[in-house]
Amino acid sequence: MNGNLSLNDIKPGEKGTVKSLLSDGSIRRRLLDIGLIEGTQVECIGRSPSGDPSAFLIRGAVIAIRCEDCRNILITA
Amino acid sequence: MGLTSASVGIKAVDLGLKIKKQNENDAVVAIAGNPNVGKSTLFNNLTGMNQHTGNWPGKTVANAQGYCKTSEHSYVLVDIPGTYSLMAHSAEEEVARNFICFGKPDATVVVCDATCLERNLNLVYQTIEISEKTLVCVNLLDEAKRKKISVDLKMLSDKLGVPVVGTTARRKRTLNDLLRELDSLIDGRTASIPKTVVYDSVVEDAISIAEPAISKAAGNSISARWLSLKLLDKDPSLIQEINNSLGFDIMSDPDVCEALKKASDYLTENGYYRSVLKDSIVASIVRTAEHTAKQTVKQADSGYNSMDRRIDRILTSRIFGYPVMLLMLALVFWITITGANYPSQLLSDLLFTGQQLLSDLFIKAGAPDWLHGALVLGVYRVLAWVVSVMLPPMAIFFPLFTLLEDVGYLPRVAYNLDKPFKKCKACGKQALSMCMGFGCNAAGVVGCRIIDSPRERLIAILTNNFVPCNGRFPAMITMISIFFVGSAGMLDSAVSALGLTIVILLGIAMTFIMSRLLSSTLLKGVPSSFTLELPPYRRPQIGKVIVRSVLDRTLFVLGRAAAVAAPAGLVIWLMANVTVADVSLLNHCAEFLDPFAKLIGMDGVILMAFILGFPANEIVVPIIIMAYMAQGSIIELDSIAQMRQLFTEHGWTWITAANVILFSLFHWPCSTTVLTIHKETGSLKWTAVSILLPTVTGVAVCFLFTQIARLLI
Repeated sequence: MNGNLSLNDIKPGEKGTVKSLLSDGSIRRRLLDIGLIEGTQVECIGRSPSGDPSAFLIRGAVIAIRCEDCRNILITA
Repeated sequence: MGLTSASVGIKAVDLGLKIKKQNENDAVVAIAGNPNVGKSTLFNNLTGMNQHTGNWPGKTVANAQGYCKTSEHSYVLVDIPGTYSLMAHSAEEEVARNFICFGKPDATVVVCDATCLERNLNLVYQTIEISEKTLVCVNLLDEAKRKKISVDLKMLSDKLGVPVVGTTARRKRTLNDLLRELDSLIDGRTASIPKTVVYDSVVEDAISIAEPAISKAAGNSISARWLSLKLLDKDPSLIQEINNSLGFDIMSDPDVCEALKKASDYLTENGYYRSVLKDSIVASIVRTAEHTAKQTVKQADSGYNSMDRRIDRILTSRIFGYPVMLLMLALVFWITITGANYPSQLLSDLLFTGQQLLSDLFIKAGAPDWLHGALVLGVYRVLAWVVSVMLPPMAIFFPLFTLLEDVGYLPRVAYNLDKPFKKCKACGKQALSMCMGFGCNAAGVVGCRIIDSPRERLIAILTNNFVPCNGRFPAMITMISIFFVGSAGMLDSAVSALGLTIVILLGIAMTFIMSRLLSSTLLKGVPSSFTLELPPYRRPQIGKVIVRSVLDRTLFVLGRAAAVAAPAGLVIWLMANVTVADVSLLNHCAEFLDPFAKLIGMDGVILMAFILGFPANEIVVPIIIMAYMAQGSIIELDSIAQMRQLFTEHGWTWITAANVILFSLFHWPCSTTVLTIHKETGSLKWTAVSILLPTVTGVAVCFLFTQIARLLI
């Protein structure tokens, strides 16, 4: 099941490596700017009280991303 | 179809900045950096200014400038809004980009967070492409040390080709190193040959095809390499800015067009379509930053340490997240109310003794009655009211609030509240501008610049007034303690705090309702995407926070209120004492407004006080009291019981008091806020909406409340 994992598929405490970004437009730019390029390691830190967004440790910074944006960030576990 | 900036009426935020040099030789230095890296603290310590600082991204939203002198140079420093990148997304990032790219500063200082250097290097690499005279300042070295992170500054400087200094902005001594480097950079004593990012070979080839013609057309004012890259990238807003800066349309040059076409064709031949090109550019920068950071930074573990992890696990947990937020809110109010009781009483005793003395003085000097009335009973008394009622709660609330900001709690609030905001088709960052609104709605409106999407930003601006600012708390507290709680004991102030919290929650609920309403009517659209940085918690500088927030914010706001209160006091006294057909002007006006005011459970005087309070909400209750005292029999007013008596004599019930609270929560924004909204939206239409929306809400809520309450009794 390593085919189409996205950031939504890792639980708090788990890590993944970015494979590709499906998003486009300004959010794509934003995600690239925070360093989400191919090969970047991402760790899920936690979820907000209502379950969305989730927080991820990306290149030393903690960034909150909504689940509909996470869906477009493909990873390998 | 998404909403464009033009269709929602938000114009691009202009630079709005005229560099004011103190003398002609002043060098202009831009202070840039990622959000939340201690830029403003650095700026303040260098200039001795008091730009407000806080631990959350997007604190600086407008450029600020200050001056600083060394033995060799004098500088104009420009504090630029924090930005991750110069490829602008939001209005405030555009401000930053435009200043660094086109403001032509003599030098640019890029402030970096030592605990998170890699991400910061992204901006550094983008800056050195444009600005040859760049100084990199690795800040927060103390935090880094605490987290066992060390940065090899010498090697970093070699890698980047520009000077690098390490600082701890809170410590002034380290800033001298920074200034020394700046002097020598400006004088050209430090060699600065930026080693810019090397892109993929295809991109580099394309640049070399385009560069010669562009270099010829544009001259030396802008780096031709950077210009080539941006023209190939075809970002329309940036090209517009480039043309403005050059003073002509660079695309009208036939050689440039030809070279660009050739380069573009070359890119497409190699499979570098526009999106691929963009990705490849960003990826090269990120990889270079990663590489440089790997070589220069040594760290024991990740920047997000276990302590932060543990705190976040509680503050954003499913079980505790929301309760902690509520508790924090109630606690802040409880401390404010409890702490303000005693000094308020003291101040009011003091100021009214002062009034007695003044009166005696006037009588002794044989001053005419009208003069004594206008100055002492009018101007002085309203001023005294404003000061004694406003000052203590503000002097407590502002520092508390600033502490929460300083620690880094506010971004967690935005994180927790994003889902509800998303449900209303708005942006979670609206929570941040809403929180700023508690301090001052005008500041909250400016703060909305951190929101990327123009539609969501406009929603945040239009609904900011639904949370009460500091100028409105005291009136609410007064009403709650007079009509709903009783005296001023420990337990009672807890009940007051609870009451106030409920009122605030009502305001927040209305913010959600109105955001949802706007999203489905005037500002249709779907929520856009959202990324929010949760910065590390920092130990607050308690002493500094107290001094700064009392001196800067409290006194500033109080000064503004007092400036309005003095003339308002005069006007209200005149209105109460100038009579037409044996009835005072005040009564004429009040009578005119009375029928309408009665419908919404208030009376003409109250409604008039709200109208006169347009310049500053702080003066609403003092005006009501003044007006009643001018009509009635009570002269002295120094206890809650007497105030209650004054109000009940004029026909108040708990329904009236509740309506005053509700109307105070929901009515037109104060004049400063209205002006700010106009400036931020650049549109009369949206300014009108921002006035009508809360006003109609207030009238409707008060009307319904009154009718229902009367039915029930």
